[in-house]
Amino acid sequence: MRQKREWFIERLQSTTTLDDLRAEIFRLRDAFEAEHLVYHSVNSIGEQYAALTYSDAWVSEYTTQDYARIDPVVQGCLRRFHPVDWKQLDWSPKPTRAFLGAAVDNGVGHQGYSVPIRGPSGQFALFTISHRATDEAWKTFRDAHLSDLILLAHFINQKALEIERGSDHIPVQKLSPREVDALTMLASGLNRAQAADTLAISEHTLRVYIESARFKLGASNTTHAVAKALAQGLLIL
Amino acid sequence: MIRYIYGNGLSTYPRLRDSMFADRAAQFRHRLGWDVALDDAGRERDQYDALNPLYIIWERPDGLHGGSLRYLPTTGRTMLGEHFGHLADPVRDPLIWECTRFCLAPGAGGHVSAALMLGGLEVGLNLGLTHAVGVFDARMLRVYGRLGWPPAVLGRDGAGRDAICAGLWTYGPELRAALLARAGVSSEVSRHWYRRAFGDGKLVLAA
Repeated sequence: MRQKREWFIERLQSTTTLDDLRAEIFRLRDAFEAEHLVYHSVNSIGEQYAALTYSDAWVSEYTTQDYARIDPVVQGCLRRFHPVDWKQLDWSPKPTRAFLGAAVDNGVGHQGYSVPIRGPSGQFALFTISHRATDEAWKTFRDAHLSDLILLAHFINQKALEIERGSDHIPVQKLSPREVDALTMLASGLNRAQAADTLAISEHTLRVYIESARFKLGASNTTHAVAKALAQGLLIL
Repeated sequence: MIRYIYGNGLSTYPRLRDSMFADRAAQFRHRLGWDVALDDAGRERDQYDALNPLYIIWERPDGLHGGSLRYLPTTGRTMLGEHFGHLADPVRDPLIWECTRFCLAPGAGGHVSAALMLGGLEVGLNLGLTHAVGVFDARMLRVYGRLGWPPAVLGRDGAGRDAICAGLWTYGPELRAALLARAGVSSEVSRHWYRRAFGDGKLVLAA
């Protein structure tokens, strides 16, 4: 596999567009003789990009049904960073089993392995391979390719970021010292009244700082703003 | 016992969590005199604790923290990259995780440090990692050496015992037996603790 890996990484080097990348994902799928490969990235401002081998029908069903809500792969890998075999996930709830049934009907393998990726400045991606092997064959396959899959996942991520240059290197919005103070207080668990008290300002003034920071960060609410500021390293706790 | 818990699973174990952050304050602020911030309750938490790191924690029989360390992937934000760049060039590699805040509760025995290193090793071996990087107090070098798994020192700042070091640990299956022996844990039990957190079967990372 090492040769296949190097072959693929070399091919990746010369990839310059997202369409090329998508084509390479198909090539890699064939090289692995797997059912499907999925690369899915969400950057720090919530923009998404996917390169995958699923059928359009399945992608469209997944989106319209909003399966991400119940997909144990998404739920199990979000915010984590160790690779996960689908076997380790909880498929027992009824809606989840129905979802798996729909996935298998659409050609997704019943075996799978997902690699979560944490990129720079809060970027997150998930790389998944799915297979239709027996349990035993799958275990052999997985163990043999574990580190290759992890490395390839990161190479693909790096390439995607490079191609999308800009989207993940947006200049970090500078927050004013007071905005940083306000978010820091909230992040450390104080409520608004306590935060205002600590900073010796009125609650009204505090709200202005929070709203202003929220706007600069492009966050949907206060919690979101705190999370974003933390992820971008703007707060020292 | 060794627990492997992601940050968002800590709330399931408030006593363990709170005693961990209190012990970290005791070690890093009060014993070592590092410039770390404490919250109102006197606990030490930093911005990396907000990134949902993976904690390896030794839980004592009474449910309190006996020792811990913290892992983050080097593809994301790391302390080495953001604060200790003067010690060593920051590493960025999917197969290298950064280990920070290696902490022992006051009075913790030698088996606790061994158990923490063992936990780190189990993670590395099971997930196919190659190395761990970390920033630590020079006094810890002797501890790591005694446990039979010394890091390669990448750089240091300061002199003698008070220096702060950056180091690189190499994972290898040959390290396991000695750490098991020093931790006083059998191979099966250690494997059970790992499996309980990471599968087979249902993935229960807060377990």
